[in-house]
Amino acid sequence: MADGGFVREVAHRIFAAEFRESNLQAREGQDQYSPQYLLTPTGAKVNRVFIVGTLTEKEDVGTDAEFWRGRIVDPTGAFFVTAGQYQPEAAQVLARTTPPEFVAVIGKPNTYTTKEGNMLTSIRAESIQVVDAATRDAWVLDTAKHTTARLEKLKGSEPDAVKAKEHYSTNMDTYRAMVAAALESMRAR
Amino acid sequence: MSDIATKIEARFSEMGVKVKPSEIETRLDQLINKFKVPPEEARRNVINYFLKQHNIPKSEFFAMQRDSPQVKISEIREDGKWVALRGKVIQLWETNHESVSQVGLLGDETGTIKFTKWTKAGLPQVEEGKSYQFKNVITSEWQGQFSVKLNRTSEIVGIEEDIEVGSTPVEFRGAVVDVQNGSGLIKRCPECNRALVKGACGEHGKVEGIYDLRVKAVMDDGEKVQDILLNREITESMIGITLEEAKEMATEALDQAVVLDLIKSKLVGRYFVVSGAKLDRFILIETIRQDVRSVDEEIKKLLDAPLAMEA
Repeated sequence: MADGGFVREVAHRIFAAEFRESNLQAREGQDQYSPQYLLTPTGAKVNRVFIVGTLTEKEDVGTDAEFWRGRIVDPTGAFFVTAGQYQPEAAQVLARTTPPEFVAVIGKPNTYTTKEGNMLTSIRAESIQVVDAATRDAWVLDTAKHTTARLEKLKGSEPDAVKAKEHYSTNMDTYRAMVAAALESMRAR
Repeated sequence: MSDIATKIEARFSEMGVKVKPSEIETRLDQLINKFKVPPEEARRNVINYFLKQHNIPKSEFFAMQRDSPQVKISEIREDGKWVALRGKVIQLWETNHESVSQVGLLGDETGTIKFTKWTKAGLPQVEEGKSYQFKNVITSEWQGQFSVKLNRTSEIVGIEEDIEVGSTPVEFRGAVVDVQNGSGLIKRCPECNRALVKGACGEHGKVEGIYDLRVKAVMDDGEKVQDILLNREITESMIGITLEEAKEMATEALDQAVVLDLIKSKLVGRYFVVSGAKLDRFILIETIRQDVRSVDEEIKKLLDAPLAMEA
């Protein structure tokens, strides 16, 4: 009916260590409006992510308008999150939050290639909210679950799994260890 | 081939018309074997021939052929099935094309479904709030949403009983990933209850609106997306302020957006378990609670059997 042919993209749960390694971009379909995806080493085809972690640093790197960059840490590493003039709400939240603080971010994956040819990944925030420790723990569990499920699928022959294996030669043991370490880190506390 | 012929003959004799099996077979044989017509096309051709011969209207023949099974709305899960439904017309919507005579929402004890009545169907008009027996309607699916279409072969019979519209509650677990515009403190049209846009109702123009609180949000479990609607009561208890307090807040800040900000800060990025009735692409939330799980237990489950995923 009212929503036409538009289907909202699912927000994937990805650990920082996996997100950092992602560098395969693909566009589905030909025209300029078809969504762009980032394929991760465990075969998640991502156009939107949902992450929860600890905001440890933030900085306004904008020249004219505000442009905020934040570093958000999960048990496996750090995400870079940006919010500029086109994400005013997210930028405001980032501006008024004092690290360290638990935050949840929903946003789009972004990649940037440095002069040296390295690809850096970041998240362009659609929204950022301060959350509690329970939400952060729930996210780690949730992400562990989804990552494990993707690793299982990686053994199969679904197109995304095959493409991910081909491009990254994913070492499944490394990612299993990453998930286990993330879970253990919560138990230790 | 003789199989087709037997079926055709049986079908005609049901209608009280005798046709000679040999005649059917000859015609079929000629079409299929001599003129290389596909069997299905040949069957059609032969049926039409005899219908003309005996002056039987086509619609009668095909309508009678399908004595579609009686189903409940929640049982409709397949595209292109002929079914019969008992339901109440909950709402009639504006039709936006001349080929559609009526469109709206039907409900029974198990749920609701959209219906479309084609102009060509030549069926009687239905009224909002009345219950009917719908015979021989066809189901259709579009982007996971089901609807039923009423065409020439369908039938509508008014019934006395007032069908209680119910719903099968559904549960969803996930994180709220977006709170959409049109949430928070809104004004509704006093005539039709529609949400006002810039102080005007789509139907009744500029009106003195009535304040209301509601939330339109999106949840997501990492696999699929679910739209949810929170009415005033649920919104009040979820956010911890009443409509009156929300009004005060907005007046003080000279901005209704403060209420929306508050709602976002309580919902977005957090895990919830919700349940309620499914309506179109939304769940009308009846209960919502934060999804609290025993972390230690979950970790144990995941570490001990990392490959056995829970459903």
